[in-house]
Amino acid sequence: MGKSQQSPCPECGFEIAIAADTVKGEILQCGDCGMELEVINIEPLEIAPAPEEEEDWGE
Amino acid sequence: MLGILLSRVRVEEKLLLAAFKSRGTSVEIIDDRQIVFNLQERNWQGFHGILERCINHSRALYALRIFNDWGIPTVNCHEVALVCGNKLETTSALVRNGVPVPRCRVAFTPESALQAIEDLGYPVVLKPAVGSWGRLLSKVNDRDAAETILEHKEVLGSYHHSIFYIQEYIDKPARDIRSFVVGDETVAAIYRYSDHWITNTARGGRVENCPVTAEINALSLAAAEAVGGGVVAVDLLETRDGQLLANEVNYTMEFRNSIDITGVDIPGAIVDYFIRVTARKRDEHV
Repeated sequence: MGKSQQSPCPECGFEIAIAADTVKGEILQCGDCGMELEVINIEPLEIAPAPEEEEDWGE
Repeated sequence: MLGILLSRVRVEEKLLLAAFKSRGTSVEIIDDRQIVFNLQERNWQGFHGILERCINHSRALYALRIFNDWGIPTVNCHEVALVCGNKLETTSALVRNGVPVPRCRVAFTPESALQAIEDLGYPVVLKPAVGSWGRLLSKVNDRDAAETILEHKEVLGSYHHSIFYIQEYIDKPARDIRSFVVGDETVAAIYRYSDHWITNTARGGRVENCPVTAEINALSLAAAEAVGGGVVAVDLLETRDGQLLANEVNYTMEFRNSIDITGVDIPGAIVDYFIRVTARKRDEHV
């Protein structure tokens, strides 16, 4: 992504700043409602709620 | 071509990607949500090394099985994921290799598990054999709690919650130690402090640098070797009389809170190791 952008949180609408070096699949957190979000696509920019924790997640 | 297998790009994966970039090494992101393996046609032969960074243990385990069957070197390899992803397998490997661990019992019914718990003596810790981030751990303080928890696990859980992994409770000094092993070196270690008996940072544990003493280094390397080696994070417990025990070994280590606190470039160390190992294995096949 060439420059930083903003995108509304799909949960609460808060405008989230998306940094220029953000990559597809990156996890962000809404600074207002705290929802965990995933960058689904860069061009065009698309963010969506991130998948929730599953039983076999971890290290 | 090198690849990094992941489920999502967390802080750790972003740091690893940056480490590849700073070394001028290209790496292709492989999203485990999109891949399809053709077991007959081995459709991934363009890769000469894959770094595993899945958030799902099951996806990592099966992907590594397939990649390794196809002769594609991975960090870590399937056997390490198999052992580290299951606490029973891990403890068994550690014991086989003479690595000191907390006393442990395994049983398959609530009745035999209760007998095992009372043999160890209260309190004990019940853990699912497969699980991470401090999930579903139970500190069992008395028989009433033991009977309740065992029944709940048997009735409410899937079949694998009826594999009762029972560990003695170690009265540790409000902290445990996590060491980071990359190849044959313990590159860093942290103390994880918590007022709660579960000290995972995922559960809010506080982190401080832990000097890598000769004892911590020796135990960490022994634990890493016992599970098959590679890039692992070893969880160590200190007893009140100063003994160190190996508790768990993690094969897709998280390190975002440990870089600044230790001053060690952990993602850089991982990437350097991965590049070195995959280059060596590629040269062996030339």
